[in-house]
Amino acid sequence: MLRDITIGQYFPGNSIIHRLDPRFKIVITVLYIIMLFTGDSMVCLGIGAVYTIMAMLLSQVKLKMFLKSVKPLMPFLLITAVLNLFLVSTGDVLWHWKFLKVTSGGINISVFMIVRIVLLIMGTSILTYTTSPITLTDAIERLLSPLKKLKFPVHELAMMMSIALRFIPTLIEETDKIISAQKARGAELDTGSFTTRAKNLISILVPLFTSSFRRADELATAMECRCYHGGEGRTRLRQLRSAPRDYIALAVTLLFLAAVIVIKITKPFAF
Amino acid sequence: MDNIIEIHDLHFSYPAEDEESAPSEVLKGIDLTIKKGEFVVVLGHNGSGKSTLAKHLNAILVPTEGKVTVGGIDTSDESRLFDLRQTAGMVFQNPDNQIVSSVVEEDVAFALENLGVPYEEMRRRVDEALKAVNMYEYRLHSPSQLSGGQKQRVAIAGIIAMEPDCIILDEPTAMLDPQGRKEVLATIHQMNREKGITIVLITHYMDEAAQCGRVVVMDKGRVVLDGVPEKVFSQVDTLKEIGLDVPQVTELAWELNKAGCDISPETISEEECVEALLKLFGT
Repeated sequence: MLRDITIGQYFPGNSIIHRLDPRFKIVITVLYIIMLFTGDSMVCLGIGAVYTIMAMLLSQVKLKMFLKSVKPLMPFLLITAVLNLFLVSTGDVLWHWKFLKVTSGGINISVFMIVRIVLLIMGTSILTYTTSPITLTDAIERLLSPLKKLKFPVHELAMMMSIALRFIPTLIEETDKIISAQKARGAELDTGSFTTRAKNLISILVPLFTSSFRRADELATAMECRCYHGGEGRTRLRQLRSAPRDYIALAVTLLFLAAVIVIKITKPFAF
Repeated sequence: MDNIIEIHDLHFSYPAEDEESAPSEVLKGIDLTIKKGEFVVVLGHNGSGKSTLAKHLNAILVPTEGKVTVGGIDTSDESRLFDLRQTAGMVFQNPDNQIVSSVVEEDVAFALENLGVPYEEMRRRVDEALKAVNMYEYRLHSPSQLSGGQKQRVAIAGIIAMEPDCIILDEPTAMLDPQGRKEVLATIHQMNREKGITIVLITHYMDEAAQCGRVVVMDKGRVVLDGVPEKVFSQVDTLKEIGLDVPQVTELAWELNKAGCDISPETISEEECVEALLKLFGT
């Protein structure tokens, strides 16, 4: 049951988006977010939408997966839409009942906000869908490496993340075993009220924690035996090399961002 | 041949837990030398100090008294810690708790990354190490997809990549199924034979000891027996006294010998035993 959990939602593949340098992908994603938040008109969003759809098609990830990524945020989207619909009072009044009124400006802004958030989620999902967590960690470490000069523990953070990723399957397997062991001893984990069930979880968490501490201790010794002494003077087996396609992708993104900024400043379309 | 490991009058105590209790002495004066290229099995039951001894060979622990040198390096010399750990690599019992990375080849490269080995050389050494343990085709797998024996072979590859003169294995097969044990033991023997790497194998499995060049038996922090397997296993009385089992064939031969049959108690392999029995019955 627990084995089905996937972390990071990575879908292995060999599309051009999969093959992009993860460092570029992160930078491009940041630019993408800036692009969405700079745009203040439907035209700007339209440009953002074109860009998003293009990237989604190139990533060869199924559309269903992108729709799934939006699903958990539906309540949040609805609340945003409803609040904007009733609280914005610009434009013509289209409908009103007691203190509630709906204006054309309200509708515009609701739609605008929903489209912006949906694009934001779908666009950023492309990053996690096409990049394995371990590559992502690696890229973050390298992008943040200038912060080392400010004594920010970049390497340590990346090491912690990658060890966490390494041990997720191990700990899931162990949790499964502990659950079976406790059930064999008569623990009732699936019945009872919410509080009893929460209390019963203790019988799983305590052994899980003690064994994790033991693992951590052994892993630390094993790492020391293999001459681990922090990030200083480390070389890497995984080489990140940027290819022409990375620069092309970056250039295309910058072009879209520039278009959005130009439209925002000059406002060539009257809305 | 040169000695790679020299242990002289090694004493070790864990510090006392509180002021009243005396520090518990785990190792009580061990003298041991191991030659380059030897395959040594250290036997002993739980609490005999065999794991503590292993930890001294890699400077995880340093002697309370006495001296340990590995490849000419004194283990208490902190300035040469990395040299020491490259000379003598260590493989632990639980394969899961010594694999650092989520990709097999990156785990094998871990020690080399720490030592700052340049990329081209690292790539070569990682590939060679993986091929040596027959795990090359799994290089891009995640360790969680591997069996226990395969994980332990990856751990061994991670040590071999450092190109050590000596590998210390602390009960590497204790958590494996019979198939995994066979794989790991075959790999260890192959490393010893083909690369001339000195092996110190800590175990409590008697049959693993029967296949090696030299057996050291420990009990209560001391070395009690030391010699070729035939000689050590024929000391059935001593072994039984300290709570160790004797390989079944040896015990059979020993009992027959005691009962007056003409069979050498130094029989350790099944083939030898069968041959001796056939001769005995005159067929």
